[in-house]
Amino acid sequence: MTTPLLHAEGLSKTFVLHTQGGVRIPVFDALDLIVTAGECVCLDGPSGAGKSTLMRCLYANYRPASGRVRVMHRGDWADLTGAEPWRQLEIRRETVGYVSQFLRVIPRVPAIEVVMEPARARGVPAAVARDRAADLLARLRIPERLWSLAPATFSGGEQQRVNIARGLIAEHPILLVDEPTASLDAANRATVVALIRARKAAGAAVVGIFHDAEVRGLLADRGFDVALRRVAA
Amino acid sequence: MTAAFSLPDAPANDRARPLLVAERVTKSYGEVVGCRDVSLAIHPGEVLGIVGESGSGKTTLLKVLSARMAPNAGTVSFDAGGRGLADVYAMAEPARRALMRTEWGIVHQDPRDGLRMHVSAGGNVAERLMGTGARSYADMRAEAAAWLGRVELDVGRMDDLPRRFSGGMRQRVQLARNLVTRPRLLFMDEPTGGLDVSVQARLLDLIRELVRDLGIAAIVVTHDIAVVRLLADRLLVMHRGEAVEHGLTDQVLDDPQHPYTQLLVSSVMTA
Ligand SMILES: Nc1ncnc2c1ncn2[C@@H]1O[C@H](COP(=O)(O)OP(=O)(O)OP(=O)(O)O)[C@@H](O)[C@H]1O
Ligand SMILES: Nc1ncnc2c1ncn2[C@@H]1O[C@H](COP(=O)(O)OP(=O)(O)OP(=O)(O)O)[C@@H](O)[C@H]1O
Ligand SMILES: [Mg+2]
Ligand SMILES: [Mg+2]
Repeated sequence: MTTPLLHAEGLSKTFVLHTQGGVRIPVFDALDLIVTAGECVCLDGPSGAGKSTLMRCLYANYRPASGRVRVMHRGDWADLTGAEPWRQLEIRRETVGYVSQFLRVIPRVPAIEVVMEPARARGVPAAVARDRAADLLARLRIPERLWSLAPATFSGGEQQRVNIARGLIAEHPILLVDEPTASLDAANRATVVALIRARKAAGAAVVGIFHDAEVRGLLADRGFDVALRRVAA
Repeated sequence: MTAAFSLPDAPANDRARPLLVAERVTKSYGEVVGCRDVSLAIHPGEVLGIVGESGSGKTTLLKVLSARMAPNAGTVSFDAGGRGLADVYAMAEPARRALMRTEWGIVHQDPRDGLRMHVSAGGNVAERLMGTGARSYADMRAEAAAWLGRVELDVGRMDDLPRRFSGGMRQRVQLARNLVTRPRLLFMDEPTGGLDVSVQARLLDLIRELVRDLGIAAIVVTHDIAVVRLLADRLLVMHRGEAVEHGLTDQVLDDPQHPYTQLLVSSVMTA
């Protein structure tokens, strides 16, 4: 399949730190990226190159200085970066999923509900979402006794796996994953690779940041070097 | 791979039409600017947080939006009963009152402004139902009890006066009083202000659940970033009476653009 699902056009990002004397941090400029259905693109570049920044722009978390991100949403191209807020949230609910590097815990909400939430937001009945969440948590080896606890006290690796389960449960057609295996052991790493490969096989467009060469080799169809798009400071 | 479960079809787009639209509203108190040139739109089910330092115009803006204080310039329109946007300050007084009694709810920072302190908790809730035409005493009492239960108040105390309740309990009565008519838009000014941290947390959880489960839109004024991080889909940042930045909550907090927002966010991070 070569149907494009995500298109970043002329994307530029510069941070201006007003609280630090107006320092400007240019990250990338006039960047173009197309990702098609079933394809996994790995963002490459040294630390600080702007990989996470680009990924956050693709999720409309960071706001680009210029350019736009369009995604195939409900059968049509939608301008994610320029859409009204309610529409951006709709696109995130249904079309673009993002597994951030760290879980942002919602205080006092049990792990299983943290995982269920994106499916519930898409209208999946609670019982179905719960089964699916339980299945993902089990596959990711989160002990069942933890499911009813809030993840605030979980270990780094446990939180990351909860985050991955949360990011995968709604089966978004576009999936963004920032170092999903960074603090995982070999068995869990293999599970995450299998889960992401399954999403690819189902036709999802995946953009990933994978530091682990083996994981990268198993998942990425091609690399996209963010450092080459860097602007001279 | 486990069998992918089938996702429901996308729901019809009931969020596309705005519920409330403010265009370039300005309100001054003589020489003092309350808020200046603020425009915004709220869509069904959205929760908007209004943040900013003390005196930045948050309460002024909320009062202007909720038809309690006419602006010097600009307009506020609401889609009453789905009949299309209409200027709330141009409405006849009875129509505006009906709006406030049914489609809007207002949770005040000080419960004494939102409750009748010499009327029982149950009476406070039932009173709002009466405003919508309910007549049967037994029905109203049952409905009031159900809502007091829903906000996790001991129903056995529904005949007590609010003055005998703690601050957190009074806020719960205010919530029940407002939600009983199933409003489409809830205005809240510092709903957890002045409460103990643990009481605040419980109340926030409750508000988050209710707003989500009932699918109502809300505008929440607060100076507390932690509150909006938990409650709001979107933020509007006020500074010296002006809206200096707006966006999804995560956009504004993770990638603040305006100097004042950067200061606000960085001071929270290091706190
Ligand atoms: N929210 C932010 N505010 C200001 N500067 C930022 C912000 N996020 C990232 N930066 C800056 O942008 C540049 C790129 O950072 P980014 O995190 O995207 O790099 P990266 O390629 O993901 O690095 P790593 O491999 O270390 O994760 C860095 O100079 C960083 O300091
Ligand atoms: N009734 C009034 N008469 C005169 N000036 C007023 C009045 N109400 C508010 N102001 C002024 O308008 C400005 C905005 O006040 P407002 O109450 O809207 O601020 P706020 O952001 O809600 O602050 P806080 O966080 O302290 O509640 C302030 O300078 C305030 O002194
Ligand atoms: Mg990174
Ligand atoms: Mg105020």
